[in-house]
Amino acid sequence: MKRGFPILAIVTALLLSFALYEALIVAPTEQTMGNVQRIFYYHVPSAWTAFLLFAINFVASILYLIKRSENADILALVSAEVGVVFCTVVLITGPIWARPVWGIWWTWDLRLTLTLVLWLIYVSYLLLRRFSTGGKTPMIAAVVAIFGALDVPLVYFSIWFFRTQHPSPVIGAGGSLDPRMAHVLLINWAAFLCLAWLLCWTRYELEVAQRRVEESQAMESLMEGLQ
Amino acid sequence: MNSMHYLYAAYIATWVIHGTYLTILVRKYSRIRKEMERKPSAISNQPSAGI
Repeated sequence: MKRGFPILAIVTALLLSFALYEALIVAPTEQTMGNVQRIFYYHVPSAWTAFLLFAINFVASILYLIKRSENADILALVSAEVGVVFCTVVLITGPIWARPVWGIWWTWDLRLTLTLVLWLIYVSYLLLRRFSTGGKTPMIAAVVAIFGALDVPLVYFSIWFFRTQHPSPVIGAGGSLDPRMAHVLLINWAAFLCLAWLLCWTRYELEVAQRRVEESQAMESLMEGLQ
Repeated sequence: MNSMHYLYAAYIATWVIHGTYLTILVRKYSRIRKEMERKPSAISNQPSAGI
């Protein structure tokens, strides 16, 4: 595992650089929106990565409730935290794209509002984990995560089943994306997936180490109390 | 602002967000490492991510 980390870090750095080059130089310029459309190559892969991480959080939370496995609990925490980072990117890059294209930074459209609600749910989840000290915190957090995950399909399918201001899906549901744009989009998604994996791996190791330190401190306090 | 400014703003914002998170992780790693150095029994369990 230790040996794999630098390899993954190098692959991620190379892939992110290549993806940036593809997005800025190689991808064709969209006829209506012009260069601002290239924000799409960061916005959409970030959204897909966030959805994937929230799905991992959902599965890990269910596993924790069934098995009470500490590894599942750590995985749930880590995936939610990194998912919030990617969801923040989505909520920042979206309005930057919307301003020149729609003429407004934000509108209370179904897709946008549900994405903001999704972000707030997982920020609440992280705050619960950070500040609640009770022994049942992981269990309560797992339940919150399972309910929170219900928002993910609502966000994803909101543009399939409802008329919203947000652009239609580019892949699936009749979406027609230029194959060269689709190629660049997938390269960027692969790069962001590697970055997410790297961040999750780092955060997982840190959480394991932090818990060991806390256990050690608790044990020391107990021993001092007995003496 | 022309469309290129919005494009650069979006890309820079993305890297600022990821960079900030990475900085938080590095600081957390330094703090945990210091705590582990104070406790020799826990040193063998130090994080293997190797930031």
